[in-house]
Amino acid sequence: MLDQSYYAKADEIIDQYGGEPSALIPIMQAIQGEYRYLPGELLTYVAGKIGVTEAKACSVATFYENFSFDPKGKYVIKVCDGTACHVRKSMPVLEALYEKLGLSKEKKTTDDMMFTVETVSCLGACGLAPTLMVNEEVHPRMTPEKARELIDQLRGGAGA
Amino acid sequence: MIHLTIDGIPVQVEEGTTILQAARQIGVEIPTLCYLEDVLPDGSCRLCVVEVTNKGRTKFDTACTLRCSEGDEVQTMSEKVVTYRKDTLDLLLSDHRIHCFSCESNGNCKLQDYCFEYGVEKTSYPGEMKDMPVDDSNKFFTYDPSLCILCHRCVNTCKEIVGRGAIDTMNRGFESVIGAHYKNRWDQGICESCGNCVQACPTGALSMKRRKKYRPWQVEKKVLTTCPHCGTGCQFYLVVKDGKIVDTEAYDGAPNKGLLCVKGRSGSFDFVNSPDRLKYPLIKNKETGEFERATWDEALDLVASKFMEIKKQYGPESLAGFACSRSPNEDIYMVQKMVRTCFGTNSTDNCARVCHSASVAGLAMTLGSGAMTNPIEDITRNPDLIFLIGSNPEEAHPVIGMQIRQAVNRGCKLIVADPRDIGLSKRADIHLKLKPGTNVAFANGIMHVIIEEGLQDEQFIKERTEGYEKIREIVKEYTPERVAEICHIDPDDLRRAAIMYAKAEKAPIIYCLGVTEHSTGTEGVMSMSNMALLVGKLGRSGCGVNPLRGQNNVQGACDMGATPTDFPGYQKIAAPGVVEKFEKAWGVPLSHEVGTHATDIFPKAIKGEVKGLYIYGEDPVVTDPDTAHVIKALENLDFFVIQELFMTETAKYADVILPGMSYAEKEGTFTNTERRVQRVRKAVTVEGDMRLDTDIIIDLMNRMGYPQPHLTSAQIMDEIASVTPSFAGISHARLDSEEVGGRGLQWPCISKDHPGTPILHVGKFTRGLGWFYPAEYVPSAELPDDDYPIILMTGRILYHYTTRAMTGRTPELMEIEGKSFIEMNVEDAKKLGIADGDRVKVSSRRGVIESTARVGTKTSPGESWMPFHFPDGNANWLTNAALDKYARIPEYKVCAIKIEKL
Repeated sequence: MLDQSYYAKADEIIDQYGGEPSALIPIMQAIQGEYRYLPGELLTYVAGKIGVTEAKACSVATFYENFSFDPKGKYVIKVCDGTACHVRKSMPVLEALYEKLGLSKEKKTTDDMMFTVETVSCLGACGLAPTLMVNEEVHPRMTPEKARELIDQLRGGAGA
Repeated sequence: MIHLTIDGIPVQVEEGTTILQAARQIGVEIPTLCYLEDVLPDGSCRLCVVEVTNKGRTKFDTACTLRCSEGDEVQTMSEKVVTYRKDTLDLLLSDHRIHCFSCESNGNCKLQDYCFEYGVEKTSYPGEMKDMPVDDSNKFFTYDPSLCILCHRCVNTCKEIVGRGAIDTMNRGFESVIGAHYKNRWDQGICESCGNCVQACPTGALSMKRRKKYRPWQVEKKVLTTCPHCGTGCQFYLVVKDGKIVDTEAYDGAPNKGLLCVKGRSGSFDFVNSPDRLKYPLIKNKETGEFERATWDEALDLVASKFMEIKKQYGPESLAGFACSRSPNEDIYMVQKMVRTCFGTNSTDNCARVCHSASVAGLAMTLGSGAMTNPIEDITRNPDLIFLIGSNPEEAHPVIGMQIRQAVNRGCKLIVADPRDIGLSKRADIHLKLKPGTNVAFANGIMHVIIEEGLQDEQFIKERTEGYEKIREIVKEYTPERVAEICHIDPDDLRRAAIMYAKAEKAPIIYCLGVTEHSTGTEGVMSMSNMALLVGKLGRSGCGVNPLRGQNNVQGACDMGATPTDFPGYQKIAAPGVVEKFEKAWGVPLSHEVGTHATDIFPKAIKGEVKGLYIYGEDPVVTDPDTAHVIKALENLDFFVIQELFMTETAKYADVILPGMSYAEKEGTFTNTERRVQRVRKAVTVEGDMRLDTDIIIDLMNRMGYPQPHLTSAQIMDEIASVTPSFAGISHARLDSEEVGGRGLQWPCISKDHPGTPILHVGKFTRGLGWFYPAEYVPSAELPDDDYPIILMTGRILYHYTTRAMTGRTPELMEIEGKSFIEMNVEDAKKLGIADGDRVKVSSRRGVIESTARVGTKTSPGESWMPFHFPDGNANWLTNAALDKYARIPEYKVCAIKIEKL
């Protein structure tokens, strides 16, 4: 059971977007913006409030890669694996991050809830390939080494 | 019209017809996996592909989505089409685990059939396959993603046909699966376990768990019959293997259109073979108080002699006999005949007394016929608006509920008047959450607004009704503001609802026990007909006043004359010549006095005026109000006999128990809520010394001195037809005929060539003119006060039927809902320090029970609601036996209680 404050926040967001069924996606985005993930209980709650079936809401939420039912880390790192990044060796960057953080394709978030590493199909910054994003910030022309340094920097330069 | 050829055969079709529909018109089969009739095509399986040539151009397209064009030349089995289909099947198999030997659907799988037909043995595209766990969280069925071909038949069935929308496609692309909830568990969502999705699945992806116990080719027979639960009258097959029922299969019957609910599909046969069945007659040893096994001769001799002794000593009115409204018409007819000819009294009744007797009495008074005026199909397919009052069909009449949801999905407006936030109230245009017991004020308020707005149907009122002047005067006082105060609703909502109902071209009133189960129940019912009369919404399609009847055959029990006022077919004892007619038909003198109503029998037993009671298949200790009072009455009887399937709470008080047979073991007919008489057929024989219920009654009649020849069920129906004008055209042979085609016959059916009567009161009311009953609002008999501050309503839930004598023997249903609970409002709960899930003590002036609180906003502050299914806290220890003055129906829907935390 989520804390009551989550439901109050959801109510606020629903009001903000109008309680129509068509507002489902922006509401889910706003909730995810707030909590860095989409708590399943809130999805059920929102669906009930705006007159969408729970199954439909889940169907929409699971269709888009961007929505996650699992809590994400403080820093969400999206490694681009679009065609341009892939040919310019994005995979070694991803591998370096996995190794550094002890993550994998199955385990995407560190236990201390600091980092989440995932891949995306294209960030639309092919000229800067290979790229990755940390939350809203784009990091161009990445290498495995730069990726490892980036993690250290994010941890406050203290080293891993 | 559009002209085309299909495989060279010329066809002419309406514009908008798809190639698939056109082909079916002329009997050309095109294979389909995802296609679902009556629903917009999904077009996802690609199997129905055909080759279409027009104006020299050729294309391949799916027949289910492609509309016919003038001059199309369609090839359904050309070489290219066959190649295309083979490749489609090949691709489907590339992600479909083939373990047909152990698959439940082996032999009953469309994918298997088509692969066989097209010679596709295995995929030529081997590679990664979906590897996700089987979801077996639902109690009755499993979902195996590795067998799912994503045809969406289940999703579309649930959304468009069942109207629930409990499942949808989750994830994307190769990962796609069908799911219900973010936790990937079917049982966590809003699924009602009706299983209509399972029935729609063309592979083994969705599969009933019980299918593990038999193979399709082991099925010995499938027997078409009528569901034994609610009054909807769904048609299904009982699937029999080795002399035992192993499954059900929905039939496309008139009331259910191929749908079933969870009780019908999964709760309608476990009880038949239950080890709890009573297998031989029992006589209570007076000294030990224990039941002892007896022979049929001993038991029947004792019953007959005891009743005749009581009759001789205290007179016929000291005896009474109730019929079972879950048993076939033929059984009920014989019970009332026994009471009238052998007991010599009209004190026969059935459990309609405690559910819809107010409808029977009320609508008979105002319209002349106390039954649903229009068929289920008519009031769910044709209307512009549905006015639903005091009825929760999604739970109490689920398959009607599904059809109402369909109507709403199609754009039909919905007004719900109900004290609770029921499922349908969330889909309603207006929900009037009125205070329990204020229906008459509510209806008068609706009429006030209609007259104020000048929306009444003056011509209809003038030509077809009487009593208008008086009701007009009465409702003048019921201003929306005053009504809003009585009913605790918003006056503007009342105005909007009245105008919406009046202005809708076609709008049925559908109501249920929220209207009838009050000390003013009959007046509440007559208020329903008042509203419909005022706007001329009677005697035509998509309209009417429609009580949804409770039990499978409670309509029939009333029709068969198991009432103290009427002979079969509502031939009134008080009407001239009726008793004489039956004296002639049955060859003995009969009582001319109206008998005692069932709800008055118990007080009379306590007073010692009723000494002997015969109950066939009722359990009043569980179902009747004020349990303590019922038990006291039963204990006070000199002699009490029960004819039953199980050792019920009531049976424990009997002197003799006679074991009868269930619906699956006998022939007969049930009459559903829309007056449709449908067949019940014998599927199995259950081991034991039980006897046909009609044979038990007939043997008793003979022992009591009435020469009643042994008749088959069909012969009894012939006798019914001979004495009942509204059943004159009904016989088993006709119901089984091609003419009727499995759709039953709706009474009145007055001759062998009469087609039955779908809509009542067309052109003329049964009573001549429709009568506006001058109803004034009278508050409920017991209102909340300082000692008992909360109103209690009672009702039923989806997963059980009334006493649970039947549904309680399906373990999965008990796992879903198996314990007493009370719904209460969060504000009351806060004041009382009660949290959701807390154990509570619930008491009224009549009794005390324990239950579990379900705290929320489903009920309004000051109101609560309980089901009466569960013995660990049965609401009827609390309910008030205050009776309606016309129908003697008790006030189940309002009594005053207090709730305390335990």
